[in-house]
Amino acid sequence: MASLTRNPFTRAPKSEPILGQNRIVAHFLAFLTWIIGLLFFFPLFWLVLNGFKEESVANASPVLFFDPTLDRFSEVTESNSGLLSFTEAFGNSFWIVLISTVLVMVLAVPAAYALAIRPMRMWRDVLFFFISTKFLPIVGAIMPLWIIARDLDLLGTRTVLVILYTAMNLPLAVWMLRSFFAEVPKELIEAAQIDGCSLMGQIRQVILPIVAPGLAATALLCVIFAWNEFFLAVQLNPTGASTIPVWVNSQQKFQGQFLAGLSAASVLATLPVVIAGWVAQKRMIRGLAMGAIK
Amino acid sequence: MAEVRYEAASRIYPGTEIPAVNSLDLDIADGELLVLVGPSGSGKSTALRMLAGLEHVNEGSVYINDVDVTLKPPQDRDIAMVFQNYALYPSMTVGENMGFALKQAKVPKHERATRVAEAARILGLEPYLDRKPKNLSGGQRQRVAMGRAIVRNPQVFLMDEPLSNLDAKLRVQTRTELADLQARLGVTTVYVTHDQVEAMTMGHRVAVLDGGILQQVDRPRTLYSEPVNRFVAGFIGSPAMNLLDVKRTDGTLSISGQPLEFDPAMASAINASHGSSMSVGVRPEHLTLQSTGIAGEVTVVEELGSESYVHVLTQHQGSDQILVVRDQGETQTTRGDQVHVGVHGALHVFAEDGERIRT
Ligand SMILES: Nc1ncnc2c1ncn2[C@@H]1O[C@H](COP(=O)(O)OP(=O)(O)O)[C@@H](O)[C@H]1O
Ligand SMILES: [Mg+2]
Repeated sequence: MASLTRNPFTRAPKSEPILGQNRIVAHFLAFLTWIIGLLFFFPLFWLVLNGFKEESVANASPVLFFDPTLDRFSEVTESNSGLLSFTEAFGNSFWIVLISTVLVMVLAVPAAYALAIRPMRMWRDVLFFFISTKFLPIVGAIMPLWIIARDLDLLGTRTVLVILYTAMNLPLAVWMLRSFFAEVPKELIEAAQIDGCSLMGQIRQVILPIVAPGLAATALLCVIFAWNEFFLAVQLNPTGASTIPVWVNSQQKFQGQFLAGLSAASVLATLPVVIAGWVAQKRMIRGLAMGAIK
Repeated sequence: MAEVRYEAASRIYPGTEIPAVNSLDLDIADGELLVLVGPSGSGKSTALRMLAGLEHVNEGSVYINDVDVTLKPPQDRDIAMVFQNYALYPSMTVGENMGFALKQAKVPKHERATRVAEAARILGLEPYLDRKPKNLSGGQRQRVAMGRAIVRNPQVFLMDEPLSNLDAKLRVQTRTELADLQARLGVTTVYVTHDQVEAMTMGHRVAVLDGGILQQVDRPRTLYSEPVNRFVAGFIGSPAMNLLDVKRTDGTLSISGQPLEFDPAMASAINASHGSSMSVGVRPEHLTLQSTGIAGEVTVVEELGSESYVHVLTQHQGSDQILVVRDQGETQTTRGDQVHVGVHGALHVFAEDGERIRT
């Protein structure tokens, strides 16, 4: 009968113990993971540290302890030595990324709806066509793009980047959103139909609330890809209407010997993406996992 | 309130040859609870979805209240449907789910609230109106799905296996509640299930489908006592009817060498039918264990408390044949006993093509 009363001193373990041989393997793998993680993280860490150093300190042999300063950040943001100032570049990037992402979503949602929920004949081919546009290396397409942009008088404008970033992210967004839409149970849409809901009503009131995490994940990826894009920006718009990556690059040209200043510029370019990723981490993982099921 | 009529309605899915529903003719009276029953894949859901407007009708027509709705979209049919997985809108609360159709129909807000509250009262859902579906139990979700249907006060309720996701006990309880609710509301209802017990207990009439073809529509009692063919005989009833292939030798039919007795009218009907291989069906309650009759050995005893079902292994036409016999009260039989089985009651005889032989 004694066995029926529970020993008050035993507690549920935090995690299941791993037994025998596997335990050594598990510890080794955990160790390896840390090493690899740190290896990946180190260059970024070094970059951030350098951003807070004096130039003389940054160029000397690496030290861990130094007097941090924000001077490099104010220098690069106030510098007018490049093609465009930091504020200009940031504003350009902001608007180009925002408008292109909104356009992508507005175009991709109906396309994904059609592909997932009302597939026409050959929808697989259509889907393949979308992704196949990403097969072509962008260097192979830059010449015709440049000529078209020139003839349309779009070289050096924000418009050309908005158009190209929309086109660049659209296949990915359609592809991702389709898998999110395909997750929506067919019966829900049928129930909405029977309940007298119009087509737009079904999308707005029933489908979109369900796929919201997926929409957020998709939009965030589009933002990140557009924010980071460099090649098209530098080829078609290397001037005052260009974006943050081009600005960092121009800092490189003019401040080549100034390691700390360049580090500060790079940190500024990376920061918005890191923050966006951090904020949206949970949603994004949920969204990406949601799509992965199908 | 409404009558429903299928007229030679067929559904052939794209890329398939055989119709999933084959020329269905069915009349459903105003206020009736008609159950569509059949094995999995027999076309029950398809038939229901044709009435809902979710599935295109390839041939024939469907009428609601003498209006041809064959080509009308679901929203113009004034029907409500309860899905097997309930299909509750996950982003809406219970109240919003139930009021959704009314909102679409632009019913004023206060009227909507009264109607939702009324439905919630009937179904005992009042404490849950502000919850999201994911925070409800299976039984509560089922009620919300019901509530969403009754709030609308539609012409017809359509239900596709609405109880199959509930556990056995709740299913039995809910099925009586549902039948009672339907009777009180008096709304014409088409109810799909693969469970023949559910069909028999709930249906005013039951339509048996097999392979997309309607086999029989009748009241449960008729279906049980006068199945029109061998399929219905074997499908309806639990445990199933004993069905044996028999050869007609010089005008008599026999089970395990025991000649069967028929009244003169039946005997002449059997004689008049074509083909020599027939089948005979006899329900377990029409067989008894006794001291003479068909000899056999007990293999299984299913003890149900008030009665038990005894499986008796006999030799019939040179091969093994199990007969299930109902033994009332506390059975004295155990596995391995040598027993004799007697026939006392209705025998069903089916011709070579499976059709019932009638007098
Ligand atoms: N969308 C579809 N496309 C092709 N065949 C289908 C489709 N839906 C159902 N079927 C086929 O139609 C037949 C009837 O299906 P269904 O009406 O769902 O049967 P039940 O509800 O009686 O189980 C089955 O053979 C099934 O495989
Ligand atoms: Mg079904």
